[in-house]
Amino acid sequence: MARTSVNKATARSFWLFTGPFLIGLIVFVYVPIGWSAWLSLFEARSTVTPTTFVGLDNYVQMLTDEAFVDSLVTFTVFAAIVTPVTWAFSLTLALMVNRLRFMRAFFRSVFFLPTACSFVAASLIWKMSVFSGVRFGLANTVLGWFGIDNIAWLASPDPPWYWLVIVTVRLWLQSGFYMILFLAALQNIPPSLYEAAAIDGAERGWQTFRYITLPQLRATSTAVILLLLIAAYQAFDEFFNLLAKTTWGRPPLVELYFTALGENQDYGRGSAGALILTVLICVVTLLQGKFLGFGRGEEEK
Amino acid sequence: MSAPGRESENSRDTRGGDSSGVNSTAWDRRSVLRAAGGLAALGALSACGSNTGRPVGGSSGKGLTQYFHAYGEAGTEQAIRRYAKDFGKAEVTTQWITGTNFESKLFSALLSSDAPDVFEFHPQIHMVKARQIVPLDDIIAPVKDDFHAADIASHTMDGKIWGIRMIDDPKFLYYRKSLLEKAGLEPPTTLDALIEAAAKLTTDKVKGLYLGNNLSDIARPMVWSSGAELLTPTNEIAYHTDELVTGLRTLRTLFTSGSLLLDAPADYWDPSAFNQGLTAMQWCGMWAMPAIQKAHGDDVGIIPFPKVTDTGRPSLINGGWSMFVSSKAKDVDLAKEYVKWLWLDRTDYQQDWCLGYGFHIPPRKSLAAKADQLKQGLAAEGVALSERYGHYDNPAFTQAMLNALEGVIADSVRDDKDPEAALDTCDKKVRRELTTLFG
Repeated sequence: MARTSVNKATARSFWLFTGPFLIGLIVFVYVPIGWSAWLSLFEARSTVTPTTFVGLDNYVQMLTDEAFVDSLVTFTVFAAIVTPVTWAFSLTLALMVNRLRFMRAFFRSVFFLPTACSFVAASLIWKMSVFSGVRFGLANTVLGWFGIDNIAWLASPDPPWYWLVIVTVRLWLQSGFYMILFLAALQNIPPSLYEAAAIDGAERGWQTFRYITLPQLRATSTAVILLLLIAAYQAFDEFFNLLAKTTWGRPPLVELYFTALGENQDYGRGSAGALILTVLICVVTLLQGKFLGFGRGEEEK
Repeated sequence: MSAPGRESENSRDTRGGDSSGVNSTAWDRRSVLRAAGGLAALGALSACGSNTGRPVGGSSGKGLTQYFHAYGEAGTEQAIRRYAKDFGKAEVTTQWITGTNFESKLFSALLSSDAPDVFEFHPQIHMVKARQIVPLDDIIAPVKDDFHAADIASHTMDGKIWGIRMIDDPKFLYYRKSLLEKAGLEPPTTLDALIEAAAKLTTDKVKGLYLGNNLSDIARPMVWSSGAELLTPTNEIAYHTDELVTGLRTLRTLFTSGSLLLDAPADYWDPSAFNQGLTAMQWCGMWAMPAIQKAHGDDVGIIPFPKVTDTGRPSLINGGWSMFVSSKAKDVDLAKEYVKWLWLDRTDYQQDWCLGYGFHIPPRKSLAAKADQLKQGLAAEGVALSERYGHYDNPAFTQAMLNALEGVIADSVRDDKDPEAALDTCDKKVRRELTTLFG
């Protein structure tokens, strides 16, 4: 008897605590997903309450649409560049800051600060002052010192200078945050390990880093890579703000934005594309979990 | 000891570290929660005072929301708010939408329950087909003959008039007379001459020509100047000609020549690049004329977009903005009354809007006749060019089609794709639109 009342109380507090979030989840996540799935089977142009059923036609259209398939390639290229670069850069920053004997808090804050800046604001700064195509743009000024001609960074896809702009803005914004994660992990490595290594004759520097630091950072590294990949999947702002009226450099979200919300107002195709993307993300996440072992409980080992 | 064993031991170490960290900062978590609660409360409070697009306690209790894109000329936003305040019969809230994607924001708002009651845009037939706007024949009828015939024609769809033109905005090429003279050049009349002039005018400080950062605004002049039209009178594709393909190949040589200003901080519709001496010639609109003349005085000339091939003709865009009433307006009659009051009755405000900030040609003949600022010098030339070479909006050529055509510029001018293939891609999209709209 006592047991049931405890259970009841537990159940009540369970619903009390999870209820609001569950309702939010249903209203703002599951209902829209369901609605999308429904929309994706209709000819839904300029309306979200369509009447013409078209079956899987929207899916066929999206999967044979060159622009949508290109957007998946664009994203893959983007993730392939930005993930390792940010990982390496923030790890380097963390190692440097960790070595500081004084002003460590100062540098930690300075490197972390860009995280507080919005992608839109940073994109505009990158576009209009750092990588502007005129002779007084920051990048062109620096190139000018070496006698190199002005470069229009964003106008043309060939050579693809726009990748430099897009990757650097994300690098600048994100590295500080991941540096903090690495710093925390670095400070968690027991000094005894380094002492033992020194006694065993390991050289300071590369050898210690390769055989002590890096393996000790494995859990954090995996988490950072996963977070970076998710962030890359969600990339929208910098592409949207930096590249205007292009047919290239559009990751899936930008492509879908233009399909569904832009001038085309095609909610049927937009929803079909969104669901294709969702399936892809699920598959990739599952595969990643399998290979990197992220999220696997201790007890399973 | 095997490697995996060591790993799991290490990770257990890490965990231990983590949990002790959490314990030592338990109070911290609580204070964070408290702070979060405080923030949420703040959010709720601020929501009360924020601009929700609804009037807060208006005198008459009625409200209207209007959407405007952000005009570049100083004083325009204040002017629009000032006119709206004077209406008296309803509290009019203005959403002044900045950024480069006014149409996306407008189009998605029109679908939601938060649609604006009245908004400015260009006449496009998809808004009629999707029943997003209401016909305005009844309010415009008394003064219909006072409007420029082309402005009535472009707003007539399916036999009804759907919008009230506020301003006509021709766009042309501005050039610095002194710089052309110094280089021994005449104002170019062909695309080849334009490219040659751009090359000769380019120095290490000044670029020869600025057509906008993405060149997309000259997509339509390229079609007209190569002798084609956007659509046939029966709404079939008319832009896809051999002359346009040749023209696009020529334009690609200009893009790669190094004499084009690209990635400037302000786009073509802003005269900054021209006024700051970054370029000798620039594609821009009539609205910028006062600012340009202030910067360069008499040292400015204008030409239409030159003919692209021998069989072509010079052309320019007669753009502009019009007022529409949303079919989702809470009170359609009130919204119509507001549009009638401001854009048909209050000629003093219309005059101020056309001439007080930048230069726009008043679409009404009676106002154009009184527009002394447009009767002399460069402005008079602009009006003449607009009459002679201008192409008004074709409401059947919708935003989605325009975007497809701008994609051709991206593919075959900025990128190195074959213009023929780029136009084929565009055809596919435009045909799909045409089928949806006209069957």
